[in-house]
Amino acid sequence: MRGSYRLVVGGWLIAVLIVVALGADRLAPYDPGAQALSENLAPPGARHWLGQDALGRDILARVIHGARVSLAVGIITVLVSLAIGTTIGALAGFAGGWIDELAMRAVDVLLAFPGLLLAIALTSVLGPSLRNVVIALSLIGWTGYARLARGEIVRLRERELVEAARALGVPEHRILLRHLVPLLATPLLVQATFGMAAAIVAEASLSFLGLGAQPPTASWGAMLNDGRAFALVAPHLTIFPGLAIMVTVLGLNCLGDGLRDRLDVRAPSGI
Amino acid sequence: MLRLALGRLVLTLPTMLAAATLVFLMLHLVPGDPVDVMLGESTQAADRAALRRTLGLDRPLATQYGAFLLGLVRGDLGRSLVQGTAVAELVAARFPATAELTIAALAVALALAFPLGLAAAARPGTWLDRGSIGLALLGVSVPSFWLGPMLILLLSIHWRWLPVSGRGTWAHLVLPACTLGFGMAAILTRMTRASVLECLGEDYVRTARAKGVGRLAILTRHALRNALGPVVTILGLQFGALLAGTVITETIFAWPGIGRLLIDAINQRDYPVVQGCVLVIAACFVIANALADVVNAWLDPRSGAAAARSNG
Repeated sequence: MRGSYRLVVGGWLIAVLIVVALGADRLAPYDPGAQALSENLAPPGARHWLGQDALGRDILARVIHGARVSLAVGIITVLVSLAIGTTIGALAGFAGGWIDELAMRAVDVLLAFPGLLLAIALTSVLGPSLRNVVIALSLIGWTGYARLARGEIVRLRERELVEAARALGVPEHRILLRHLVPLLATPLLVQATFGMAAAIVAEASLSFLGLGAQPPTASWGAMLNDGRAFALVAPHLTIFPGLAIMVTVLGLNCLGDGLRDRLDVRAPSGI
Repeated sequence: MLRLALGRLVLTLPTMLAAATLVFLMLHLVPGDPVDVMLGESTQAADRAALRRTLGLDRPLATQYGAFLLGLVRGDLGRSLVQGTAVAELVAARFPATAELTIAALAVALALAFPLGLAAAARPGTWLDRGSIGLALLGVSVPSFWLGPMLILLLSIHWRWLPVSGRGTWAHLVLPACTLGFGMAAILTRMTRASVLECLGEDYVRTARAKGVGRLAILTRHALRNALGPVVTILGLQFGALLAGTVITETIFAWPGIGRLLIDAINQRDYPVVQGCVLVIAACFVIANALADVVNAWLDPRSGAAAARSNG
């Protein structure tokens, strides 16, 4: 079956991530904020499997709790962007005319910026915090869903099912909501999987630049930023949070690829 | 051809105007007072009023917008609050470093993507194909802010082959260019492979084969040329990611470009500099996309006609 292998690998990786994020309190061997200054920068060992950071905090505990931050930011960003994007895109595609024109020009303006740059600019104005990262990423992220939803609706609205529904006297809003929007679910699901990978990388990028999660929150990007000053003496500060990001994004990209092939969607690739 | 290129560049003007407006509004429409964000809320009222005057924030919004646009037309991006120098000068001084890094990263991406993508497409289903797909998937999943430090740890600290950071010799350029270019290489490899595979299934390739054209000639002269269209489009679109990526790469490697200027300015709350950097990077992206369209038109005159008709 096409895409099966990647679907299984991606699905398992993400399932494990969700379990880790949900059970962080039980799974983490230590409190992610507990400091042990006398043991700062200790390398991986029997008591602290992934070592300790500059404040002596357990890196494994922080990587586990970081999964929660990444997943939460990814899910909330995708849900908000999806809601805004699908609403705007579906309305634009269905209504056509000036509404369509206005919506698509707004998309064009936002796409005139490299996404991450706009996120950097927005978070620098809003102030550094995870909440503002989610706001910035959602304000930028909806464009992809809007384009996809609009394109699909434009394609679908000429179909016979719409004509039949109209002939039966079904009101326009009902045609859109009950008959057309459900048909968007599959391509949007694939897009959302890639979107989540992008959101997680973007959060980590912003936190790495100091514009996202603030201390003492355990975010993978922020941990990488903390590790920069000690790369020479304590490379484990950098290696593990980065591996966590990589495995998560790899999992989501695999899942997205697998879903796209399995569901035979013409959605754009995440890459 | 020249007319098409000029026409396409003129079409970037509305996009640039919209981008400039968005950057302007970002400072003015965001909830809260930008002066509070810059100075902190505990500062003296007199200091805040002074900064407000310096930034022109005491004037009506329309006047400020007009002055902002007029400044842009004259190449005036305002003055740095911290250094007092013109933002345009600061950005211009950093531009060559960023251009050097971006071009080098692009070269790394192309040098990896074309041979890998072509080889994968030439032998679909083999280990070579699977290997290049795997590498591409890995490439998009490795964040640059992790790849960079890893390369430093391995090549600079462990083996001492290359300098850790800074700019100067070509050796300084290797790690930042690889860090920045790797992600793009992955995307382009996938795109090249898919695009060439599609072309190999076309009738003209079968005809060429029937006429006895060699395998390599079919690949490079027929399939690659026709496959370049989508690749160039993606190249233009991904150029934005490359430009935004310079912010991170320059931070990792202490590379003195616009990206670092931007992050330093954000940390110092030097708003005019932030605005200038964002505008210049966005302008480069818009122009790169226009160039991609022009190159596409040159590769395939049919899409040129389409590009000339579409706007933006």
